[in-house]
Amino acid sequence: MKPAISIQKLNKSYKDEQALKNISFDVEQGELFGLIGPDGAGKSTLFRILTTLLLADNGEAEVMGLDVVDDFRNIRNRIGYMPGRFSLYQDLTVEENLDFFATIFGTTIEANYDLIKDIYVQLEPFKDRPAGKLSGGMKQKLALCCALIHKPEVLFLDEPTTGVDPVSRKEFWQMLKRLKQQGIAILVSTPYMDEAALCDRIALIQKGEILSIASPESINDSFHGTLVAMKSHRMYELLKALRIHPKVESCYAFGEYLNATLVEGVTDWKPIEQDMRDKGFDDLVAHDATVGIENVFMQLLSKTEA
Amino acid sequence: MSDKVIIAKDLTRKFGNFVAVDAVSFEVSKGEIFGFLGANGAGKTTAMRMLCGLLAPTSGAASVAGFDIASQTEMVKKHIGYMSQKFSMYGDLTVKENFLFYGGVYGLKRKVILERLDMMLGLLQLREATNSLVDSLPLGWKQKLSFSLATLHQPGIIFLDEPTGGVDPIARRQFWDLIYEAANDGVTIFVTTHYMDEAEYCDRVSIMVDGKIEALDSPENLRKQFNAESMDAVFQELARGTSTK
Repeated sequence: MKPAISIQKLNKSYKDEQALKNISFDVEQGELFGLIGPDGAGKSTLFRILTTLLLADNGEAEVMGLDVVDDFRNIRNRIGYMPGRFSLYQDLTVEENLDFFATIFGTTIEANYDLIKDIYVQLEPFKDRPAGKLSGGMKQKLALCCALIHKPEVLFLDEPTTGVDPVSRKEFWQMLKRLKQQGIAILVSTPYMDEAALCDRIALIQKGEILSIASPESINDSFHGTLVAMKSHRMYELLKALRIHPKVESCYAFGEYLNATLVEGVTDWKPIEQDMRDKGFDDLVAHDATVGIENVFMQLLSKTEA
Repeated sequence: MSDKVIIAKDLTRKFGNFVAVDAVSFEVSKGEIFGFLGANGAGKTTAMRMLCGLLAPTSGAASVAGFDIASQTEMVKKHIGYMSQKFSMYGDLTVKENFLFYGGVYGLKRKVILERLDMMLGLLQLREATNSLVDSLPLGWKQKLSFSLATLHQPGIIFLDEPTGGVDPIARRQFWDLIYEAANDGVTIFVTTHYMDEAEYCDRVSIMVDGKIEALDSPENLRKQFNAESMDAVFQELARGTSTK
């Protein structure tokens, strides 16, 4: 079986800025593949090339075995694309937007209703509302429906959850899971690291380069060094004290706790804990930290910047 | 002026029959980092616009920096700083030009603006960006510069509307260092975010659901109150009601 998406040594520059540097990877059929990286990493450029809206400088890419340059018309009929910016017609109602996209692809809402039913029932109470007047979470759901209405084989979702609240985000990912179960391959990008855990595989991307590709479980194993979690009621002072400690490589806030990575070769954090107590952090709590994808990404980032 | 720099009492805003903000009451102390959370459409933006003197309340009242938000809007605007993720600086002006423009709007003297610009960029270690076009800078830099710009007229309160959306995890934390520094200096921070780990960094957090504040306490107490492991769990528990609206 051919991969849903196949990318070979893709390069793209804008003037003197290299947006994509020698990118290669495959997305299998029925796979939920996450592209994780901050703004400006090159995610949208890659999406535009794969959806045949932008030409690469060199390298090759195929979607469902079709070349993104030679077979662009065929590809457009077989993929769904949800761009990063909300791009539906704001002054058309929910229903009109959906009808419009169905008609363009020569189909009807009824013909593929099964595919969007789960999502559309939540939108139905608002079907006469102009799309521009929907809340952020609802806009995303409508955009997803419009991208799905012609029953695509591959779905491209460029930051579908940016600016969406945590509850709506969780719901959105549950929908993606259900679509995947119906055999649709999905390439999705996000700046939220916690969403990465829900993908089959993820690629971490920064400044046009892929830093790592792996399953969410195995990517955490690539973390080097010892990670310790600490907290106190004086968090900012503790953060500053840990950062200048000679045995601490780096220290960042991670929700309720601070996460400190120890310098290479140091595995015992007890002496550091003692030093902090001596500095007056009487209520200090310290324990081994569980490595998360954000820790890995930050470690990779600081390595590429060093 | 009392220690409470934001006081909202039964603050309400209706649009037609729709009650966007429904009799909201809370107080924020000087130097506090106050997290203002809620699902999309819960009424955060409407509440924030009222507190910034940009939208009149339908009923109820609020004072910000000691000024009434309905009758003293210009004084409110003078004493607050505002930064949003969506718009903060003009991309086709240089950093210096942006500072001169904003400083001018606030009536600051050119000499004062340039002194503060130099000092702020020095602290951020971004002096090299002084004469760069804002559009050419990385997002992480832009956000730090926007924050400095919002503090240029030395306001006592800064409103931050999703300031860290889309930046990388390191830049996001560096941004919070700026927030902590400002709060240490006695500046009050009023911040909205969709990152639940950032909710943990606030002194107190309020969660808005359908126009009402449904929870308001320190992250630690909220976790205890809802018997939850994280602020994300607290949020999921509380905000679920709005998600089907």
